[in-house]
Amino acid sequence: MMNAVPISWFLTLSAILFALGVAGFLFRRNIITVFMSIELMLNAVNLSFVTFSYQHKEVSGHLFTFFVMVVAAAEAAVGLAIILTVFKGRSTLNIDDVNSMKN
Amino acid sequence: MDVILFLIFALIAVACAINVVVQTHPISSALSLVGVMGSLAILYLLLGAEFIAAAQVIVYAGAIMVLFVFVIMLLNAGAETRKGRSYLIPGAPLLIVFLGLVAYYVQRMFPSSTMVRFGGFTGGGPKDIGHALFTTYLLPFEVTSILILVAIIGAIVLARKEIE
Repeated sequence: MMNAVPISWFLTLSAILFALGVAGFLFRRNIITVFMSIELMLNAVNLSFVTFSYQHKEVSGHLFTFFVMVVAAAEAAVGLAIILTVFKGRSTLNIDDVNSMKN
Repeated sequence: MDVILFLIFALIAVACAINVVVQTHPISSALSLVGVMGSLAILYLLLGAEFIAAAQVIVYAGAIMVLFVFVIMLLNAGAETRKGRSYLIPGAPLLIVFLGLVAYYVQRMFPSSTMVRFGGFTGGGPKDIGHALFTTYLLPFEVTSILILVAIIGAIVLARKEIE
């Protein structure tokens, strides 16, 4: 018993990390921290993929994790470039101040 | 032994994730996120995903987080100013209830028949990943290379200086 972990613990950990990522995404006002919360959610989903890969003794989950990492890298590059552009134009990182599409 | 390893690194991951959300300064959040990623890499090793664990440390903690830290330094981002914490009153109980429901259903759907042991799955090495990547998943692999190219061009176009 003591040398094996139930698979549900991994999935629960994944859910906890995902929920914390959602909380950060919704409640934080700094655009960079919001972006980091998205990365946290992607990491939580990766943990689920690898866990299910273990359960089914299949390598496909690892490949999906790999593709998620690629997408996260691309997203970080483009997103941070957008943050730089917004900061150049408005000199603020607060997402409440970037509301010209609101009205 | 596996349980102790899991508990240690799961606790580190959750503590760092909470720190990501509650810290006001972005650089503290970024370093906590590196902690989450490092402890997740250990959990990947426990699940037999050696290649993914290495890629997690190299790509996520190494490349993506360095990019984040660069941007934080470049923009000289300061601490976030808080306007009250009224969201915590409905938010925190909702989060706990949601997590309790998820944990309950996960425990019910996955009874303890499947246990994770270190070494229980050995198909996650670079050889197996590479074989699957260049046979079954060849088309997605090529498409991601185009995605990376588009992202590089997009980042350059967005971040360059306007030529007068």
